[in-house]
Amino acid sequence: MFDNFPLWPTGASTHALPVDLIYIFLVVLSVVMTLAIFVVIAFFGLQYRRRPGVEAHHIEGSLILEIAWSVIPLGIFMVIFAWGAVIYFHQRTPPQDSTEIYVVGKQWMWKIEHAEGQREINELHVPVDRDVKLIMTSQDVIHSFFIPEFRVKQDVVPGRYTTLWFRATMPGTFHLFCTQYCGTEHSAMIGQVVVMNPVDYQNWMSGGPATGSLAQTGQTLFTQLGCVTCHRSDVQGRGPNLTGVFGKPVQLEDGRTVTADENYVRESILVPAAKVVSGFKPIMPSFQGQVSEEQLNALVAYVKSLNQVPVTSVPAGAKAP
Amino acid sequence: MATPAVRIERKNYLNAEYGIRSWLFTTDHKRIALLYLVSITAMFFIGGFFALMIRLELLTPAGDLLLADTYNKMFSMHGQVMVFFFLIPSIPAVLGNFLIPMMIGAKDLAFPRINLISWYLYIAGAALYLYAIVTGGVDTGWTFYVPFSSLFSNSHVVEAGLAIFIAGFSSILTGLNFVVTVHKMRAPGMTWSRLPLFVWSHYATSIIMLLGTPVIAITLVLVVLERTLNLGIFDPNRGGDPVLFQHLFWFYSHPAVYIMILPSMAVVSEIIPCFSRKRIFGYNFVAMSSIAIAVIGFLVWAHHMFVAGISLYAALAFSFLTFLVAVPSAIKVFNWTATMYRGSIQFSTPMVYAIGFIGLFTIGGLTGVFLATLGLDVHVHDTYFVIAHFHYVMVGGAVLGFLGGMHFWWPKITGRMYPEMWGRLAAVIVFIGFNLTFFPQFILGYLGMPRRYWDYSRMPEWQALNVLSTAGATILAVGYLLPMVYLAWSLRYGPIAGDNPWQATGLEWRTPSPPPTFNFDETPVVTWEAYEYETMPLAEEVKK
Repeated sequence: MFDNFPLWPTGASTHALPVDLIYIFLVVLSVVMTLAIFVVIAFFGLQYRRRPGVEAHHIEGSLILEIAWSVIPLGIFMVIFAWGAVIYFHQRTPPQDSTEIYVVGKQWMWKIEHAEGQREINELHVPVDRDVKLIMTSQDVIHSFFIPEFRVKQDVVPGRYTTLWFRATMPGTFHLFCTQYCGTEHSAMIGQVVVMNPVDYQNWMSGGPATGSLAQTGQTLFTQLGCVTCHRSDVQGRGPNLTGVFGKPVQLEDGRTVTADENYVRESILVPAAKVVSGFKPIMPSFQGQVSEEQLNALVAYVKSLNQVPVTSVPAGAKAP
Repeated sequence: MATPAVRIERKNYLNAEYGIRSWLFTTDHKRIALLYLVSITAMFFIGGFFALMIRLELLTPAGDLLLADTYNKMFSMHGQVMVFFFLIPSIPAVLGNFLIPMMIGAKDLAFPRINLISWYLYIAGAALYLYAIVTGGVDTGWTFYVPFSSLFSNSHVVEAGLAIFIAGFSSILTGLNFVVTVHKMRAPGMTWSRLPLFVWSHYATSIIMLLGTPVIAITLVLVVLERTLNLGIFDPNRGGDPVLFQHLFWFYSHPAVYIMILPSMAVVSEIIPCFSRKRIFGYNFVAMSSIAIAVIGFLVWAHHMFVAGISLYAALAFSFLTFLVAVPSAIKVFNWTATMYRGSIQFSTPMVYAIGFIGLFTIGGLTGVFLATLGLDVHVHDTYFVIAHFHYVMVGGAVLGFLGGMHFWWPKITGRMYPEMWGRLAAVIVFIGFNLTFFPQFILGYLGMPRRYWDYSRMPEWQALNVLSTAGATILAVGYLLPMVYLAWSLRYGPIAGDNPWQATGLEWRTPSPPPTFNFDETPVVTWEAYEYETMPLAEEVKK
């Protein structure tokens, strides 16, 4: 309708409708409240404007009114709080079988790595009607990954993984912005999300490079970096066997239990002494500064892929003291 | 601003002494207030210049007027100058300084020399900040987010950070002075329940200044240390945590929003009863809501971080507390409105500003509810929606309150009336210019325009709304410049104001205009409650 004067963004993911609904509700509520106050002020201003001989009435207040205009807004606010929280909970809980894509932000570009090995810069190709989970980190400052048409946003923080998920509902090309100020070219750190039909997506995926999947890259690294000498899958090595570990609880040497998620694997590579698995010694050297963010992603993808192999040996997480 | 040529024979704080030394070494709270007024006005126009540059750059989608780095410095310095060197000291250090001792019947603040020291600290901080500007500026955004500010920025982060660190002590000392003054210096009969709401609100503000400012001070020192000595506090490659910085920063900087808005609420709570000739509706509720805002305001900081990587449950808790802090603000708006009921309302300039404040603060507050709503904040966070929201609070709220208060107490401060027609005209221009500038930004934000974008040439559809916003900013600039002109004019040519031109009830109006150096010839004894307008005769028409 308004090509040069848009007032409303397209909604192109399953997150769009819930966000738009609560937004519209709040807009209506705000307009009603603001108008009510404006009208009352205008009415009082007119009705009780200063006139000769007419004096103000002496009124100190009203407890009933005070309670009413404290409790009623509080009640409305609680409803909005709960409604917004439900939407947020959904936004932050990726479905189990999402397609996983790795994102690395850097000044000033987005690097995307698909599980199958395709890489792209400032473009993200995804299939329509499928849950997609982005596993994101930054190699320098904080960035933020924002697709307005999907109503999703998540800061991308150096030193950890953050995640974001969506399910696109229509094919098309949509904006991708960095929304966390990141220096000179912040406003140029933009790109596009291309949502494709399943067939087009398959064609696009098969046109990728022949370097193998991200997990295969990770497996090569796992050997090259010597990880495999301690983390063995056939016999008990000096480090825990990583087969089937991902996503499971891990008993630590200090008695705590943590879940072996992406951030745990990442930390165990960079700061191995931070959370040592029960029954093992803190002998692993740190790989801080020796592996790039992309290599870390590949290693994480490899550790994850070990869950899909038939497991015969006992996973490390099961070794309770 | 020149010393007004007061031709009143009576001795007052302005003609008691002459010469530059009598100003620079004064311990009179009223003179220190004027020193602050001149300083913050200068900083306001520097910050305003940066704002104008931002709006001019965004007139066209392409980044064509400024270089990217220059633009980034413009919005960073606009924010830092306006927040730390204008808004935070604005009403407390000028009107609070001038009025609190008089409102409670005291000769001065509890610590007059500390009051002067705090002005010098402000000046030292401002001078260092100006040095940072002229030697190349700072480009971290006003928020100094790490690791950009500590490791990546090539601008004058250390100077700017230390400048704000120094100015912070000015704020702490002012808060300390106010708290002690209100506790110890009240005149006989001036009980806590008879305190003007202006004093209550400043008391709440002072508590935030005292408890919050040390946290931003130490946080900025940590950024400076990480930048200069390579300490690994926030740098993840050295075991630091960049999100920790955000917690520390917002622990102060969210309550700081209340440092900016509570004093404006203080002003509005004085103006509306006076021009309605009525007591404030629900005195206790308005007073206690200020305290509630100060207390709950300390518990909501992470609502700035819903997409920063905090845990789901932390986000739930902070969203809940943010909704709670909205309630006392709503209570105030309802009570101000109810105060007008069956009043005898006159729309003098201060009242026009006060009503403008209620309208804009209502919009600013309600859009804050949008941002407190978790699932919605994800979409609008770090977009122009946020920019519009906090300008409705900080400009529509804080600046309108400041301007309203300046007009209301101008006759007390200078002994002269400002020209009423010009005053109303400027207030209306500010109101229109403000809305035209910032309302389109709500729409831009929901469309997805991120904040701090220098160039939007790939999104030309955003231009129309940006043009409206820039047009509004030029109107707003006129609205700001007009009072500068006619207030300066009134110093010499304005009609002589009586002691109490508005027939207001506060103690500050029961002493001459301008007041004598020690405020009252005899210590007043208070036997009446605040806002006893029913016993005060109707204001004489004071115009022209």
